Amino acid sequence: MGDARAPRRPLGLRLWLSGGWLTLLVLAAILAPWISPQDPLAQDLFAGRLPPFWQAGAEPGYWLGTDSLGRDVLTRITYGAQVALVVALVAGTATCLVGATLGLIAGYYRGWVDLVVSRLIEIWMAFPPVLFAILLIAVLGPGLWSIVIAIVVIDWTRFARVVRAEAMSQSAMDYVASAQVAGRGRMGIMLAEILPNVMATIVTMLTLEMGIAVIIEAILSFVNLSISTDFPTWGGMISEGRLSVHQAWWVLVFPLIALFLTVLSFSQLGEGLKDRFDPVLR
Amino acid sequence: MSNAFLKIRNLSAQLHDGTPILRAVSLNLNPGEVHGLVGESGAGKSMIGKAVLGTLPHAIKITSGEIWLDGENLLTLPTAIWRKRIGARAALIPQDPLTALNPSRRIGPQITNRLVDILGWRRADAQTRALDLLAEVHIPDPERVMRAYPHELSGGMRQRILIASAFAAEPDMIIADEPTTALDVVVQKQILHLIRDMQQRHGTALLFVTHDLGVVSKTCQSLSILYAGRVVEETDIHSFFNGPAHAYSAALLAATPKYTAPTGSLKPVPQSVIDAVQGEIAAFDRLGRGGA
Repeated sequence: MGDARAPRRPLGLRLWLSGGWLTLLVLAAILAPWISPQDPLAQDLFAGRLPPFWQAGAEPGYWLGTDSLGRDVLTRITYGAQVALVVALVAGTATCLVGATLGLIAGYYRGWVDLVVSRLIEIWMAFPPVLFAILLIAVLGPGLWSIVIAIVVIDWTRFARVVRAEAMSQSAMDYVASAQVAGRGRMGIMLAEILPNVMATIVTMLTLEMGIAVIIEAILSFVNLSISTDFPTWGGMISEGRLSVHQAWWVLVFPLIALFLTVLSFSQLGEGLKDRFDPVLR
Repeated sequence: MSNAFLKIRNLSAQLHDGTPILRAVSLNLNPGEVHGLVGESGAGKSMIGKAVLGTLPHAIKITSGEIWLDGENLLTLPTAIWRKRIGARAALIPQDPLTALNPSRRIGPQITNRLVDILGWRRADAQTRALDLLAEVHIPDPERVMRAYPHELSGGMRQRILIASAFAAEPDMIIADEPTTALDVVVQKQILHLIRDMQQRHGTALLFVTHDLGVVSKTCQSLSILYAGRVVEETDIHSFFNGPAHAYSAALLAATPKYTAPTGSLKPVPQSVIDAVQGEIAAFDRLGRGGA
């Protein structure tokens, strides 16, 4: 039966790398006003399309070059990280709370609650999500909160479906029957017996959802439906960089890399954390 | 028979599409008695246990009948009160020790919560009681096991823990739902001994659900034979093995393999007998999880 209390496994490379990149990003976002080499909005038409530092013609202080209006790419990426991270945390968590709660209740209580939630999920899944989001922003008006609301509204089904299925399979286990016979209330069983066993799944999906939220925000920025067009966002930068990709590829590529690494890190963080929340693997 | 403390009268249950699961089942459980509930897979034996405990799958509804516990018909009570009544008097030893303990909680609280929640014990007393019981079911180093997670223990260990847990609140009745089916034969034998031993020491009535007549002969004082949701015979153990009254029981007994004549004695239940019992076993795919 082994040791009753196995020693904690060391953090894997996966957790180190993804956690490292996300920590760096959080620090950059918080410290942006102090560490950024330039003003993110300052235009300088004489310094337009400066290449990154290793290329001929680069200017000191503009590490990753400038866009066609002379704004510093590195600075705008750091400021863009603010939006990306706020959206990831707030929208990801809110989506998780809404979806997981509905899924858990539907999967455990079954009956008419399940009927209503399941039909809602089916109807929701029939909408093309990005168009749905665009429609929502059009109605709500652009802004950070509109984006958060749009992400929650279009993506809660992702959690609800999976958590519902998990809760259903856990409910069929004998330990739930034993808890019922032991006189535990329905709510008590759901929270104390079933929730802990669904937690590993929820945490994995939460981090995945954070990555997805970043992507949705970028897509909305790309079609100019995010927060005000002045404030730098990764999606907005990609959209602008696309116009001058033949003259200044760096305006497009660097925010794309930041976006890619962030989404990848979130999903890898989830994979790494899942093992820590899984009672059998812990 | 009138002093039976659990009385089931004409209990019928069906799936929501109308497929009968139990048909007018009646049985009695006297204080301190071990009663076997025997039948093939799909005969509805587990469902009787689940019906008494109020833990039937969602798909199965009780249509008629009575379940009397201490002169109170459980079926007339709201589910919450039903479970409270039965929870104070009865416990379950489940079929599969691998799914019967919550994988994300330590063993200790899973035994003691019951005592604290239902019977209002002090946590320290419950702790002491749990340790005593673990020792009683021959678990080495109970202190450490209390702190362990279920996956750190073997199947046999987990079944012992479930037995200890079932006896913890000194119930008057325990429903053992094929408690040895998921274990290998050697461990099976130990667990059977343990259950009988505990039952005798604590004087608990035991409703023993099994498909194994060999187990019944060693464990039970009386038994009910089930076929297709119907009790075909309720009798005491001696008269059953000396000559069962019902044709199906006789055929079932004849189908039991014997060590003395390993090859020649395997007789399936004849079709004529099955036809005579009227009613078919519900198709497997229409049964809830856990089958039988």
